[in-house]
Amino acid sequence: MDKIKFERVTKKFLVRDEQKKGAQREFTAIQDIEFSVKEGEFITLVGPSGCGKSTLLDLLTGLTHPTKGRILIDGREITGPGLDRGIVFQQYALFPWKTARGNIEFGLEAKGIPKSERKEKAEYYLNLVGLKNFADRYPHELSGGMKQRVAIARSLAFNPDVLLMDEPFAALDAQTRETLQTELLRIWKETGKTIIFITHGIDEAVYLGQRVVVLSANPGSVKKIVDVPLENRTEDFDIKSNPTYIKVRKEVWSLLHEQHFQAAFI
Amino acid sequence: MVIAHKLNEKVKSSSPPPKVKAKRDFGITGKIFKQSIILILFLVLWQIAPAIGLADPAFLPPFSEVAVAWWHLLISGELWAHFQASILRSIAGFGLALVIGIPLGLLIGWYPLARDLFTPILELFRNTAALALLPVFILILGIGEVSKISIILFACTWPILLNTITAVKNVDPLLIKSARSMNISSFKLFYKVILPASVPTIFTGVRMAGTGAILVLIAAEMVGAKEGLGYYITYAQYNFLIPEMYAGIITISVLGLIINFVLVKLEKHFSKWKQAE
Repeated sequence: MDKIKFERVTKKFLVRDEQKKGAQREFTAIQDIEFSVKEGEFITLVGPSGCGKSTLLDLLTGLTHPTKGRILIDGREITGPGLDRGIVFQQYALFPWKTARGNIEFGLEAKGIPKSERKEKAEYYLNLVGLKNFADRYPHELSGGMKQRVAIARSLAFNPDVLLMDEPFAALDAQTRETLQTELLRIWKETGKTIIFITHGIDEAVYLGQRVVVLSANPGSVKKIVDVPLENRTEDFDIKSNPTYIKVRKEVWSLLHEQHFQAAFI
Repeated sequence: MVIAHKLNEKVKSSSPPPKVKAKRDFGITGKIFKQSIILILFLVLWQIAPAIGLADPAFLPPFSEVAVAWWHLLISGELWAHFQASILRSIAGFGLALVIGIPLGLLIGWYPLARDLFTPILELFRNTAALALLPVFILILGIGEVSKISIILFACTWPILLNTITAVKNVDPLLIKSARSMNISSFKLFYKVILPASVPTIFTGVRMAGTGAILVLIAAEMVGAKEGLGYYITYAQYNFLIPEMYAGIITISVLGLIINFVLVKLEKHFSKWKQAE
């Protein structure tokens, strides 16, 4: 069953006109985006800058609305923010005055879960992301990777159906990023969430996604959706030498570079 | 044996700390020395300057004489009466400024339209020296307590108000977005996110107001008052009680230091999470 469905979604903004002083013009961030995400699927979105990745995410959170078309979740149109979707931002967006535990409890409180249950749930999710010994630390006392773990735990704690991730590992060093990618796959298997993961890393997109949505820019639209028929990603220590991986990676790479090539001649 | 073992362990585990502590104690002594040496030299200079003819002893009595005068004023209770009058006025004015400035600032900061409308006039008031308006306050409110507390209130309100507005305006939009995506109400967003995120910046304004409060207080007391440290200094000057005048000035310094110390401590407490960010 389709968990999320984009139906010819277009989003336009008014921006400052560079040619005419003081004037505004319409800018199309994304145009006629159409694809769907299956229940429990891990889908990655990859594209060049300007492909409207952030716009797509804002639409999914319900903080902004499409100019045309609609986005359905479980067959119902998204009209506003909701706790059926959890968001993980690139810059963590943790509340610096709250401890790791406090941050996780924030979402639970938003959901109206009684205080006695919050502590227990926070404990569980801290454990899930491997931070049970860091519960009472403030964000400034945590490393980037730990902060992102807290952010993931916070988003999972209020038990959303869908996890939206906006380049969550882009600010981390390569080593931490790899660890967290594997961890995320483990968490995904453990929780069975539907995950929409936005990235600009081709490797990341292919390694994590069951399908990779390749986006093109100006305006952002779906170029192609590539299947990634890889099994047991977490067990294969040398997945990057796997022929399937190499083949898919090459395809995604070509799709993205075709575009750059074209863009250079426009 | 178990006890012996435990004891042994205890000894082992507790032996390193004293060493560290001893080292730190030495460090603290050194720090106190570093911080006080110039102060001591200053007092020594004050003491000997009149004696060796660098200053007229009639106008600048040696520090020891001032200290004796201060002590007499303290045990006679005279100093305490003036100190009390001053501190009550400053607390009243400062407290009212907090009660008015913070909620108003939160309100103005929260609504962009209000912010754009009010900021220019607030900047104008902030940059109008409060003391320039002292005659106006006296004209309208007389020379009683009301005019003194009012001018302190006036001087304290602007830094608190403007800092609160800035604080609310500058809350990280990502935190707001993150909270909003969790579908929380505007009211909850305000007191669970905007308010705590604003506290450190608000406190900077509060500390600035504390400094301003003393300044304005003393000036207000110098112009038509029957008690208070500012009054006492001018009184002592007119009656040529020069050591007593200096004693009054020192008391004001102490009052300022106390207020600043308390506010810095409070600021640190409320901004704990902001360190090393």
